Amino acid sequence: MIDVVSASIVNLTHPGHYLHWGFIQLSLANSIVILAMLAVFVLALVLPFRSGRRSRR
Amino acid sequence: MTDTVHSDSAPPNGALPGTGDENVTGDEKMWTARVRRAAMRTLPPDKLLPDRQPSYVASWIYVFGVLTIAALVVIIASGVVLTWKGPSWWHVSKVGLFFNSIHLWSVELFFFFMVIHLWGKFFMAAWRGRRRATWVTGVVCFVVSIGAAFTGYISQQNFDSQWIATQAKDGLNSVGIGAFFNVLNFGQMLLWHVLLLPAVVIAFVGLHILLVRRRGVVHPFPARARPARHRITGAATVPDEALPSSEIETVLHKDPEPVR
Ligand code: HEM
Repeated sequence: MIDVVSASIVNLTHPGHYLHWGFIQLSLANSIVILAMLAVFVLALVLPFRSGRRSRR
Repeated sequence: MTDTVHSDSAPPNGALPGTGDENVTGDEKMWTARVRRAAMRTLPPDKLLPDRQPSYVASWIYVFGVLTIAALVVIIASGVVLTWKGPSWWHVSKVGLFFNSIHLWSVELFFFFMVIHLWGKFFMAAWRGRRRATWVTGVVCFVVSIGAAFTGYISQQNFDSQWIATQAKDGLNSVGIGAFFNVLNFGQMLLWHVLLLPAVVIAFVGLHILLVRRRGVVHPFPARARPARHRITGAATVPDEALPSSEIETVLHKDPEPVR
């Protein structure tokens, strides 16, 4: 089991990191996921979408 | 039941209007014929599986619904593998750990894609034009998926799952549902996770998709009125109402919000 844990990319054998902001408490992992979602959302809106076939209309 | 066998010359019973259905034998009143007609009316095959979508659908934001479905397929497939061999396998063997990880990470992607999908639909107000039920079935998918993920964490069979269950029991008891949804009852949680909740998610995803097909993809908001010289409508400057696109006309007629 130990070798499995130590084989993970990030060392998980310590308590998680948390962000505190007033009464708001957010784990660093969740914050990263939320930021990644925001980034992907913005990219989905701005990146050009190439459609494979040109419309005949 | 007074159904009879018909000869080849008999008109097809329960056929669509306009196919000679109106003046036949009485079979068209049978529930099979009525259900068939209603299904054909609400979702004819070319609506159920269309070849093309309107040009405004050519944007990455429209891909996140189907990405969510793709993640769900991986979740279900890897979940079936885990069910096949059980916790004593997924906690210790290399292959078991691999499938356990696939299951977890596809769930992470599922929620990731679903939330971006939700944001997209929220900001384009995709419940417009009688699409309320599409939005509501989406909400049900979201809420039930949270329950499915939660019972999954409880079904891990390790210290983590015990910790989560004992923490959650107080919260659920305090809102009064602990009596019939007991997070300390492992058998119940496992069965909800592998049967009841996935069945509900799959059913509502199916309904969600059928509703999207039925109504078609929601139209973008009408373009805001701008000074005439900025408007790209070809050579002539025309008011929005005169734009040639039938799609924009539909927006103008159907949508409650004012155009200008
Ligand atoms: C299991 C989760 C879900 C799956 C698999 C799913 C799948 C889809 C797919 C494939 C589409 C059509 C393509 C597209 O526009 O992306 C769609 C449309 C839509 N979804 Fe979802 N969805 C899910 C959750 C949600 C949630 C949480 C909401 C909002 C609360 C939502 C609201 C909508 C709406 C309003 C449409 C219609 C858009 C239109 O008519 O243009 N969905 N969904």
